[in-house]
Amino acid sequence: MSALEPVGRASIRVNVNGQQHSGEVEPRLLLVHFLREDLNLTGTHIGCDTSNCGACTVVLDGVAVKSCTVLAVQADGASVETVEGLEQGGQLHALQEGFWQEHGLQCGFCTPGMLMVSRALLQANPSPTEDEIRRGISGNLCRCTGYVNIVKSIQYGAAKLRGETPVSTQEPTHA
Amino acid sequence: MPEATQIRGIGHSVRRKEDPRFIRGIGKYIDDVKLPGMLYMDIVRSPYAHARITRIDSSEALKVPGVAAVVTGKELEAAGLAWMPTLMSDTQMVLPTNHVVYQSQEVAVVVAETRYGAADGVAAVQVEYEPLEPVVDPFKALEPNAPLVRPDKDKKSNHIWHWEAGDRDATKRAIDGADVVVAQDIYIPRIHVASIETCGCVASFDRVSGKLTVWMTTQAPHAIRTVFSLVSKIPEHKIRVISPDIGGGFGGKVPVYPGYVCAVVAALTTGRPVKWIEDRSENLQADSFARDYHIRAELAADTNGKMQALRIKTIADHGAADAAANPSKFPAGLFSICTGSYDMPTAHVEVDGVYTNKPPGGIAYRCSFRVTEAVHTIERMVDSLALKLNMDPAELRMKNFIQPEQFPYRSALGWEYDSGNYPAALRKALDKIGYADLRREQAEKRARGELMGIGLSTFTEIVGAGPSNTFDILGIKMFDSAEIRVHPTGSAIVRIGVQTQGQGHETTFAQIVAEELGLPVENIEVEHGDTDTAPYGLGTYASRSTPTAGAATAIAARKIRDKAARLAAHLLECSVDDLEWQNYQFQVKGAPERSKTMADLAFAAYTNHPQGMEAGLEAVCYYDPPNLTFPFGAYVAVVDIDRGTGEVRVRRFLAIDDCGTVINPMVVEGQVHGGLTMGLAPALYEQIWYDADGNMHGGTLMDYLVPTAMETPRWETDRTVTPSPHHPLGAKGVGESATVGAPPAIVNAVVDALSHLGVTHIDIPITPPRLWRILQEKGVAL
Repeated sequence: MSALEPVGRASIRVNVNGQQHSGEVEPRLLLVHFLREDLNLTGTHIGCDTSNCGACTVVLDGVAVKSCTVLAVQADGASVETVEGLEQGGQLHALQEGFWQEHGLQCGFCTPGMLMVSRALLQANPSPTEDEIRRGISGNLCRCTGYVNIVKSIQYGAAKLRGETPVSTQEPTHA
Repeated sequence: MPEATQIRGIGHSVRRKEDPRFIRGIGKYIDDVKLPGMLYMDIVRSPYAHARITRIDSSEALKVPGVAAVVTGKELEAAGLAWMPTLMSDTQMVLPTNHVVYQSQEVAVVVAETRYGAADGVAAVQVEYEPLEPVVDPFKALEPNAPLVRPDKDKKSNHIWHWEAGDRDATKRAIDGADVVVAQDIYIPRIHVASIETCGCVASFDRVSGKLTVWMTTQAPHAIRTVFSLVSKIPEHKIRVISPDIGGGFGGKVPVYPGYVCAVVAALTTGRPVKWIEDRSENLQADSFARDYHIRAELAADTNGKMQALRIKTIADHGAADAAANPSKFPAGLFSICTGSYDMPTAHVEVDGVYTNKPPGGIAYRCSFRVTEAVHTIERMVDSLALKLNMDPAELRMKNFIQPEQFPYRSALGWEYDSGNYPAALRKALDKIGYADLRREQAEKRARGELMGIGLSTFTEIVGAGPSNTFDILGIKMFDSAEIRVHPTGSAIVRIGVQTQGQGHETTFAQIVAEELGLPVENIEVEHGDTDTAPYGLGTYASRSTPTAGAATAIAARKIRDKAARLAAHLLECSVDDLEWQNYQFQVKGAPERSKTMADLAFAAYTNHPQGMEAGLEAVCYYDPPNLTFPFGAYVAVVDIDRGTGEVRVRRFLAIDDCGTVINPMVVEGQVHGGLTMGLAPALYEQIWYDADGNMHGGTLMDYLVPTAMETPRWETDRTVTPSPHHPLGAKGVGESATVGAPPAIVNAVVDALSHLGVTHIDIPITPPRLWRILQEKGVAL
């Protein structure tokens, strides 16, 4: 079959950030495009075409995946969590707070992917060492921060999620 | 009385104002811009580096469902848009009419109802090529019978330009008569900024108002608007360029790429908004590259190590067009900062630009116009000299530094360095890292056969272009601007001619205003990047935001303070001369209890201003810097080499930076961390190279190795503070220092680890295979 022949569409149901969505999609539609174009959840970014950069990372049934390498039809029946789902009831997630407090972002483009990969990491390992954090985020590229403050941000978020008072390296007052 | 802790002006690590939208995933980057009826554009690209196009057949593409149009060079030629100017007054094809000159060159564009439809359309466009012999090596390109890359030019040669600075004869005499001369060929390869967001735009033309709006990943929206107007003949007030949230720039978003122009043309011809977003491979394969300098350097000294002269000859490979973004009088950028931090009587540097069948460039990679190439050269040459003289590289640097009392210092190549204290920075670095202990450890390890190296880099940058009498981009002078309006209830809006691509302008520029006006930082909003609202400026690159627009912001604020003083005198019934600005308020000299805060005065400016005074409290400044600024630093890298794999591990890296006055220490440290990582990258990992047929290698992130958290060391940072004497805040700029300073520290450390084996130089990137071959040759590979 030529790639240019009309193709059928598939029905999918995906739970995204706790909300059920259904759609009629081309079988070749990537999950990241389903999220960004069909659901208008543009927090998930696209930074490459080879699954290297991780800007598109979302949590799929509890596992961090690169949504540029998952077809939307593969997410049929699954639960997807994106950056937009982190804040709950007007309360920032501990990791969001950590990234803000520890200057874990600059241009912000890789940030949603970093947040989601960290979220999956901390769910699997609530007290990672620095080396475990570095390994855990090694599928995500950041061109701005040099990773030092991303590591601190994740440590901040981890401490807060464990119920401890995070130690910040920055001033206590904020704009 | 406002407290410094409430104001949080200069010197405070204020949490960033831009972050709340980014951590929630609600920033607005280019691909997040969606307009009703919008079409998507995709690009057909050349598989050949050099070929004649014999046929382009769009008929099958036009049958693909949803494809609205196919645009080729023929259509553009009819509109006079097949070629466009580069920012270096060269020309570049938008779309070709008969031949292509680099692999991945844009050949045609397809616009369609969906992104996937546009990609299907691209696959269906049939192009027939007749391959031509490419010229890839710039030295071969200069040979008499080399294939001509640019037959459209009057000059029938691949040589583009010659540029030189300094005293050729005096330098020759000094080198010929010197006790010691070290010479080295250094190649600084092609690399790519690879910002995590690629380039793109959304072009929309309103037929009724006749206005073209372009959302665009650009670091210089105003200059782009002017160029668009000049090229398209659309009046400039009918063009609006908006630089939305930008996912990293680093120089790669300064040029105008053919895709932008094609999207605009497609929007004009279809009457519908058109979005173009590059793939990563397109971004790496066709956008402006950086570096690609083939350098021959010679450094002369007396037997005591006192430097006498520096001579550099360079071939600059620009690919198929000189598409750098340098100031027009500086085709080799600020490469003549190559005498670095060292006091030497004479120098001569020359550069020749050459065309080859490779993508056009070369822009900066997070550096101020070729400063990285200059710093890499001098810092490598200093280490070569130390090796030759058997002198410690720290000692040799101390001996040759421009001394603090010599500032302002006129370099042999004509720059006037504003301020510096190089010995203090290096001493701090050596003390902090424990240099003597590291040397002892190295000696012990060497005796055991282990390879450990310590490398220094004591660099001087030249940033903040620029004084307008010397610096312009396509004739537009390189001033910058700020506009501040204080509202009646004591909050303010600041609009600036530069804009953030991650640097944090919305926070740091608010801090400048907070400091100058005594208003709390949270009450100040910064807007930028929209040519309809922001004052004209030349944009953010070359570490110029704080030196230029930062100065404009401070001066505009001071104009407001001057008016506020007159309002205070009116309210306090005294003369302006009786007032002093103390503790972020105006108070009567000797009677500080009689005072007015800026919030009081802002309210008075709209409710109780004296007769004869204009209402309102606002000011504009277009700032023309009197000189550039010269940030500097002292870096130390400690590396271990794996003799089994040739892998370099950066065990420690300490960066002492001096960028003058620090506005936000947290942001400055973040800039240094990121800059260091973009220094590590070309030193050890990143390179784009071409085979003899002009095929690109390194065109995806699979093989263009951007460092991850695993390779990146835990950076150590500290600073010294030597304010710039000519900047209103004493600030110098810091965004690029670390990218400029880091690579030679790492290379010097690797060479230092191997110097006892007779190794004197290794070109970057020092990849495991490259290093392993050296270890093998020297008989130390495991």
